[in-house]
Amino acid sequence: MPNPQDRSPMISLRGITKSFPGVLANDHIDLDIFSSEIHALLGENGAGKSTLMKILFGFYRADAGEIRLSGKPISIRSPRDARSARIGMVFQDLNLIPAFTVAENIALFLPNLKVVLNPQEIDNRINEISKQYGLAVNPRALVSQLSIGEQQKVEILKLLLSDARLLILDEPTRVLAPHEVEALFGVLDNLRKDGYAIVLITHKMKEVLQCADRITVLRSGRVAGTLLRSEATEEKLVKLMFEKALSGLKITESKRDESSKPILELRGIETRAEGAGVTLKGIDLQVRSGEIVGVAGVSGNGQKELCDVVLGMTTCVRGEKYLFEQNLTNRSVGAMRRKGVGFIPENPLAMASIPFMTVLENMALPHTWRYARYGGFAIDWKSLKEDIQKTEKQLGFSVNFYAIAKSLSGGNLQRMVILREMTHDPHLIIASYLTRGLDMQSAIAARQALIQARERGAGILFISEDLEELFMLSDRLLVLYGGRFVGEFKPSETNIYEVGHLMTGSKVEHVG
Amino acid sequence: MNLLSILGVFSSAIFSGTSLLYTTLGEVIGERSGIVNLGLEGVLLVSASSGFAVTVITGNPYIGVLVAVIIGGLMNMILGYLIIHRKANQLASGLALMFFGFGLSALIGKSYVGAKINALPRIALPGLENLPKLYSSLLSFDILIYTAIPVAFLVWWLLFRTRWGLGLRAVGENADTAYASGRDPRLIRYQALFLNGLLAGLGAAHLSIAYTMTWTEYMTAGRGFIAVALVIFSRWHPLRAIVGALLFSGAVAFQLLLQSSGVQVSPFLLDTIPYVLTVLVLIAWGGNRRHSAPASLGRVYHGTE
Ligand SMILES: Nc1ncnc2c1ncn2[C@@H]1O[C@H](COP(=O)(O)OP(=O)(O)OP(=O)(O)O)[C@@H](O)[C@H]1O
Ligand SMILES: [Mg+2]
Repeated sequence: MPNPQDRSPMISLRGITKSFPGVLANDHIDLDIFSSEIHALLGENGAGKSTLMKILFGFYRADAGEIRLSGKPISIRSPRDARSARIGMVFQDLNLIPAFTVAENIALFLPNLKVVLNPQEIDNRINEISKQYGLAVNPRALVSQLSIGEQQKVEILKLLLSDARLLILDEPTRVLAPHEVEALFGVLDNLRKDGYAIVLITHKMKEVLQCADRITVLRSGRVAGTLLRSEATEEKLVKLMFEKALSGLKITESKRDESSKPILELRGIETRAEGAGVTLKGIDLQVRSGEIVGVAGVSGNGQKELCDVVLGMTTCVRGEKYLFEQNLTNRSVGAMRRKGVGFIPENPLAMASIPFMTVLENMALPHTWRYARYGGFAIDWKSLKEDIQKTEKQLGFSVNFYAIAKSLSGGNLQRMVILREMTHDPHLIIASYLTRGLDMQSAIAARQALIQARERGAGILFISEDLEELFMLSDRLLVLYGGRFVGEFKPSETNIYEVGHLMTGSKVEHVG
Repeated sequence: MNLLSILGVFSSAIFSGTSLLYTTLGEVIGERSGIVNLGLEGVLLVSASSGFAVTVITGNPYIGVLVAVIIGGLMNMILGYLIIHRKANQLASGLALMFFGFGLSALIGKSYVGAKINALPRIALPGLENLPKLYSSLLSFDILIYTAIPVAFLVWWLLFRTRWGLGLRAVGENADTAYASGRDPRLIRYQALFLNGLLAGLGAAHLSIAYTMTWTEYMTAGRGFIAVALVIFSRWHPLRAIVGALLFSGAVAFQLLLQSSGVQVSPFLLDTIPYVLTVLVLIAWGGNRRHSAPASLGRVYHGTE
């Protein structure tokens, strides 16, 4: 591929500046994007990556700066302008409409949609592209019934069908399974060969070094540097992102005691699926004090249902659930919560926060009974703040208490949920995709928090798709496939391949 | 109860249900774009009074209908300015529009109370012209009645089978997504409100120019609010609105019949029949995700920074 520096850029950003109340999100950013390149955008949580791309897409308007398309200044005041300049974007907090079908969501973004809709024709177009790129979806399914990974695939299809030449993907791999990430990179590679320009935002170094042509790092709203892939190494990039090398994870020995009574026990749990959900069958599970039980699996195999059952959000039709040996089967979420259960769900924006409330109000929500004063007529904000600040010190990251939850960057929202759920030293922690959307530094901090919790004797149910992370942290590892546990291991007695095969349902007897 | 009284209930249900149906259809469009219009009562009154007045003046009911329709659309533009442009609270703005409508309609209609008009002509159901006069008069309907159900289908088609309808529903669900797709949520909400007003105007015209053929102050008697309730009843679907409007007006006609036939039950209790029935149907239908309210219903669209 020719050196991009020899060509003139497809899009240039010059001096883009954008401030929100109290934050300078972008500070005189210059960026060139060439055709036939994958340009990775890196930076810690809140660095301003999403804001910059939303400006390019016309969703936000810059306070100052200029955008040039093939050298000519253009004005992008709205997504409409961006779309006519053939720029398309997948947002980080997916923007699908849950009440619409997949086809309706995609049709909304089709460039040459006819005045009168022809559902059959739309379905055909979707099927054609989804076959071509290996992204299987059912056009007639309601989006509300899709897992977040499937929603991400719909978003990508939407973008591919939208006729854009510059594709902006804001953390698309965050919610995809490893094999889907591979498939996506295959797609992007083909698109690059066809002359598309692609901007890829991610926190995963490996992905960047695997597929990007050039890499730009943002730090507190400024460009910290742009590197060609050939010059880039993980250390260099980390240094640019955080201005320092990161300290690694300190893993302490687990203090689990086989003979102790389990904190959480599930016996023969069975659920009935709603819509396109997964049915759990014969789930037996024990989580003891001082252990991290990892649950590996491709998302959409019952993870969400498992969390919901443990927390009490769905009822089970068979089986029993015990917390501290007390039968709490089909009892309310409140009953579980009051016994000290922390929950970090897969989708923090939809499942763990009220978007239009402030961070502090969101922090108070699961604990209102703790902070209620005068019989509930007042809330003790001061002691809430003190408690959260204590956790912030422990974990080593913080969030702005007075920001509206919806305005937080994706990673900061996840930080908020983690801080909230770790406060008050829960006895049982259900962590679902804990590090999703976190930058490397915060991801290390969040994992460290789990290890700390284990050290003080909490039991942890740790659900993830990231095998590396699972092997690193788990004391025991369960594999969830199609709503059943299909394997249980000690991490030291198995390997990534064996688990990976079980996860995808292809059983193997022997792996090297 | 004889055949004649059953026919009577049927006929009066259709006559009083038509204005309800048009208004409900309008409100379905509005709410699908995310706007609750609590001002409908006022819109109906102003449309009904001005349509009636114009019919008296010109002697031509069709011009009256046209004026009522246009006035309905314009009344809603006031609401649009308040909640789309000024970002005012939808419910408060709607109530303000209603009270404005009360006053304005009384003013417009004042000199036409008791006036006689040349009403929309009634056409007997085809094939029934030879029935005895008593029967055929119960089965003759005006043009707005014949078009009501086709209009419901038209609204359904607009909402679910056109590009415009897709965008409109998207605005009602998530205006940011609609914006990201290159649409202008504000413009779409104005369009939805305008159509909402046109259809309410049509309903009002039917009420004063075709059905009752009079103007009296506050003649709508809560129809605007019932329409809002019927939208919920019909789960924001135009075709279910047909069922809702007919069921409701049928229940009203039925209880009137009961009252007039001297049943020994308090008339106040009988008055509640249509509402109790509505509640019962709502309970029986239950709720599910597929048919829930538009996600941003009632929410002000602030745009992006
Ligand atoms: N609509 C908004 N209103 C107020 N502040 C905002 C808004 N959008 C973003 N911000 C702020 O701007 C800063 C940059 O946010 P941005 O979303 O661009 O970060 P990011 O680099 O994408 O981070 P992440 O990796 O966590 O997604 C953050 O401090 C964020 O809180
Ligand atoms: Mg972001």
